Amino acid sequence: MRAPDNPVAAKGDVLLAVDNVSLGFGGVKALSDVSFDIRKGEIRAIIGPNGAGKTSMLNCINGFYYPTEGRITFKGVKRPKMRPYEAARGGIARTFQNVALFKSMSTLDNIMAGRSLKMKANFFWQLFRHGPAMTEEVEHRRLVEEIIDFLEIQHIRRIPVGRLPYGLQKRVELGRALAMEPDLLLLDEPMAGMNLEEKEDMSRFILEVNQQFGTTIALIEHDMGVVMDLSDRVVVLEYGRKIADGTPDMVKRDQRVIDAYLGVAH
Amino acid sequence: MDILYKIFVEPFVFMGEAPDLLLQTLWEGLVSGVLYALIALGFVLIFKASGVFNFAQGIMVVFSALILVGLHEKGVPALLALILAVGAMLLLAVTVERVVLRPLVNQPDIILFMATFGLTYFLIGLGELIFGGNPKEMITGALLLPHGTTEVEMFGGLVRFQHLDIAAAVIASIMIGVLAVFFSKTRIGRALRAVADSHKAALSVGISLNQIWVIVWFASGIVALVAGIMWGARSGVSFSLQIIALKALPVLILGGFTSIPGAIVGGLIVGVGEKLGEFYWGPLVGGGVETWLAYVIALLFLLYRPQGLFGEKIIERI
Repeated sequence: MRAPDNPVAAKGDVLLAVDNVSLGFGGVKALSDVSFDIRKGEIRAIIGPNGAGKTSMLNCINGFYYPTEGRITFKGVKRPKMRPYEAARGGIARTFQNVALFKSMSTLDNIMAGRSLKMKANFFWQLFRHGPAMTEEVEHRRLVEEIIDFLEIQHIRRIPVGRLPYGLQKRVELGRALAMEPDLLLLDEPMAGMNLEEKEDMSRFILEVNQQFGTTIALIEHDMGVVMDLSDRVVVLEYGRKIADGTPDMVKRDQRVIDAYLGVAH
Repeated sequence: MDILYKIFVEPFVFMGEAPDLLLQTLWEGLVSGVLYALIALGFVLIFKASGVFNFAQGIMVVFSALILVGLHEKGVPALLALILAVGAMLLLAVTVERVVLRPLVNQPDIILFMATFGLTYFLIGLGELIFGGNPKEMITGALLLPHGTTEVEMFGGLVRFQHLDIAAAVIASIMIGVLAVFFSKTRIGRALRAVADSHKAALSVGISLNQIWVIVWFASGIVALVAGIMWGARSGVSFSLQIIALKALPVLILGGFTSIPGAIVGGLIVGVGEKLGEFYWGPLVGGGVETWLAYVIALLFLLYRPQGLFGEKIIERI
């Protein structure tokens, strides 16, 4: 187990702080009064039963939803209404529960799309594909090839991703997020629907990204074994409320968490 | 039997007997085909990026040409008027994104389609208000477009090439080529295709939908302006010109709504097809084939190949 038992002794400074965030859709409250933080360099898991508000939480963090109450502070800056592309610009990358890829584009183009923000050549050069635009394309291509090597997907570089099996699509999606060189990487069920071998590969990639590049990762996952092995700290949601927060060992022993997962006799 | 002979044999015999006439017809078909392709491209760009069928594309052709001609009438030099017309298209793109697309984002397609109807009638009104409803001459001379005709002797006859037609074909081809390369090979092109595939994923990698919408509407505006100049030079600039944009519909059905090569090939098929139909088969039904043939071809395509020439076969899993 990588995590220390004392939750306060987690790594680094606070990278992202969620303070008293609530989110409502009409009469439905998806999140109520949730607070937690994500520290630099850690792997933070968000768990909870179905419908607990985990994906809603991620959507608030990267700007797909605006919290109805509360605030989210990222790198010390508080933004009341952060649009998704602003979040991306600020260094937040993510993957999706049901894989959102550019299906008609090749693996290579999908991952290149992750470089969109880093490419600066202006409209004019792009129009003629010369000068700065060409040098830039080549430079970014190199980094993308490195990511492809890292994720061991060389053999599918040219294939339109819509034709790939699900497990590989998830890997391409991770590659696209990595191409953004994010400070914070949000993974929404990175291992859903995978077999054991694929899960092991994915776990390895996540750990390596965290350790080699020092990328902070927040992930939602249902496989408890994976969560306990990977994460430094875990926050548990149930019906949109936070019911526990701490190291995997602490959370595992928490009576409310056990009740939430197994149900309580009333 | 006589009618079958007239349909299936006689026209081809005639083609073989007078290849100069065939060549003339093909050339004319090619020119209008390239212009159809250009107009269809305007639709495809917007449809790909935002899933909106832009009914206002036709009026954009008229409106941009009107601005150009109207400004020149008021004493603005041609080159400056051209630049101002381009500027007006940029302004239109920004306004449409702000006022129409942004508030209506995530609404059903039909609502956005209706909004482009609204835009159409708004632009008609605005155009009439500023420049009046009378047809105008395109300022071909001031824009340095060539005029005159070259007659080339071949196959024992004279084939006439209008210089304006040559210019139209060349300019439209260059335009189509540049757009095709731009949208398939560059970062912005990649972003456009990304947006076409998944809005959610595009947003998550930091592509701004608003920016992409402005870019495609602006590109469509430029395409409309070029089409307006070329078509206006042949038949004058008037509001009835927007009808030709409807010719882009069969082109889109042939080529597929999201395919740039499809728009090009579809445009050529429709252009050449209707000229050949008019010249060789028109007399059988008393002429007028040109106005409806494209739609009949489109109908046949809808029955037998609804995904178009370049679309992927539609197989749905249930």
